[in-house]
Amino acid sequence: MADRIFKRSLALSGFLVCLLLAAIVLTLFWRSLPAIQEQGFTHIFSANWEPNMGQFGSKPFIWGTLITSFVALLLSIPFSIALAIFLGEYFKKGMIPSFVKSCIHLLAGIPSVIYGFWGLFILVPIMRNVQEFFGIEPFGVGLLTASIILTIMIIPFSISMAQEVIEMVPNDLKEAAYSLGATQYEVITKVILPYSKSGIIAGTLLSFGRAVGETMAVTMLIGNSNVMPSSLWGPGNTLASVIANEFSEATHSLHVAGLVQLGLILFLLTFVINLVGKWILRKLKHELNP
Amino acid sequence: MIQKTSLETLLIKNYLFKGLIVFLSLLMLLPLLFILFFVLKNGISQLSWAFLSELPKPVGDTGGGVLNAWVGSLLLLATTSVLSVPLGIWVGIYLSEARNSKLAFCTRFCVDLLQGIPSIVMGIIAYIWVVVPSGHFSAFSGSVALSLLMIPLIVTATEETLKLIPNTLKEASLALGVPYWKTVLKVLVPTGFNGILTGILLSLSRIAGETAPLLFTAFGSPFLETSIFKPVQSLPLLIFNYATSPYEDWQRIGWGASCLLILSILGFNILAKVVKRS
Repeated sequence: MADRIFKRSLALSGFLVCLLLAAIVLTLFWRSLPAIQEQGFTHIFSANWEPNMGQFGSKPFIWGTLITSFVALLLSIPFSIALAIFLGEYFKKGMIPSFVKSCIHLLAGIPSVIYGFWGLFILVPIMRNVQEFFGIEPFGVGLLTASIILTIMIIPFSISMAQEVIEMVPNDLKEAAYSLGATQYEVITKVILPYSKSGIIAGTLLSFGRAVGETMAVTMLIGNSNVMPSSLWGPGNTLASVIANEFSEATHSLHVAGLVQLGLILFLLTFVINLVGKWILRKLKHELNP
Repeated sequence: MIQKTSLETLLIKNYLFKGLIVFLSLLMLLPLLFILFFVLKNGISQLSWAFLSELPKPVGDTGGGVLNAWVGSLLLLATTSVLSVPLGIWVGIYLSEARNSKLAFCTRFCVDLLQGIPSIVMGIIAYIWVVVPSGHFSAFSGSVALSLLMIPLIVTATEETLKLIPNTLKEASLALGVPYWKTVLKVLVPTGFNGILTGILLSLSRIAGETAPLLFTAFGSPFLETSIFKPVQSLPLLIFNYATSPYEDWQRIGWGASCLLILSILGFNILAKVVKRS
């Protein structure tokens, strides 16, 4: 009897979590409906963001989000693969890797807002100098500045995934290559990297999902302009940073609905990215231990 | 035709590659050390008893502290724990016990997806669920947003911990005639207690620095508030407000608060390691 109640209550809690996710999705849909109805479905992706005129086009922000995250990803890939090889192959045990690992751990723990604060005081002046050097209007803040801070922030996440996969490469395979006279360089580029390719891609996708949702550091460094971004140097806005900037100042309910609509798009974007990443990982794990 | 490569070029390539990897790795660590150094350098000189025990002062007056912010942060973290820890542990037990049922599969999937939702979206949800019906910003709504972020973390930590406990322990208990529910609650959970506590501490350290979901839920307040139904200040919110302000005094307090926040996150992490070892 008691056992049955116990099991039921456990299953109920599991059901509750599913319900929670469903409620989140439905709330986002329901609350963004007024904005979608006001402007018609086709205008959701237009380039006009005029909350006071009932125009809630999200195109500049979607582009801002994708550009900053993608640039951050490109910048982070060489570093994260290098560090993963460093930890997974060259230095497996001892003082150096444990020091490096605790550094990465610490880096992952620093709050977004502190990255933003540091960026405002160190990165922005540096970017201003760089922009002056190239003869561009020296804003300092902008898409590229936000991408650089994002790069530093997502590296710890892509490393841990890549390192895990690199350590999963069977020793037999590596030893076979060494016994044929391969150098360590050849083993890494011809055995380890091809073998762990899909794991690295999955890890990269998951850190892309993180970059897309990052709010505070990006909000502080991107320059907050609501028009289509024209160059990497210039200011822009991401989905998350518009919400952070305008939500507490939105006075009429339609403006709030417009921002919730951006939240819905952001949610769907990360949802798809995470789904694909998890799918690749599951397939990979299945391949490695059938 | 067989391509001939001399041994020397092979070895040179080998060392060059190793050099490149080490160089990129160290280059990557530089910004981290630089950020930490910068925050500590600017922040540690601010930390003092007055900094912790005084309320912020208006612009122009020197001094002032962050009493309301750290009290607010503690209040938010405590409320969040109360809301999310019981449910999180319960779901974690469910997932580790019912490994193959359809509902468990579905739940695990939902937990995974919840974990991937950006924190600012959780802020919107808490705004719609709590702030709009109650008509005002409150610490409670902030805690709801943080709980939505924390529940998946605790579920995963509990599930991973309980899965590592050998099955023989459970079987021994059942063989002695202990009912199933008592076996789970009095044998399995106490055995995994340290692991679960570690998970909770690590999740708290992740949540403590969250700013985005608090922007329009806890909102911030210049006063010392201890009621969960009033808007409260929190350390990350204060850092955001002071970092973007044009006043040097405020920025200095912002560095002090950043230093305090990083040290407390570090504290949570160290505590988690101590618990894990004991």
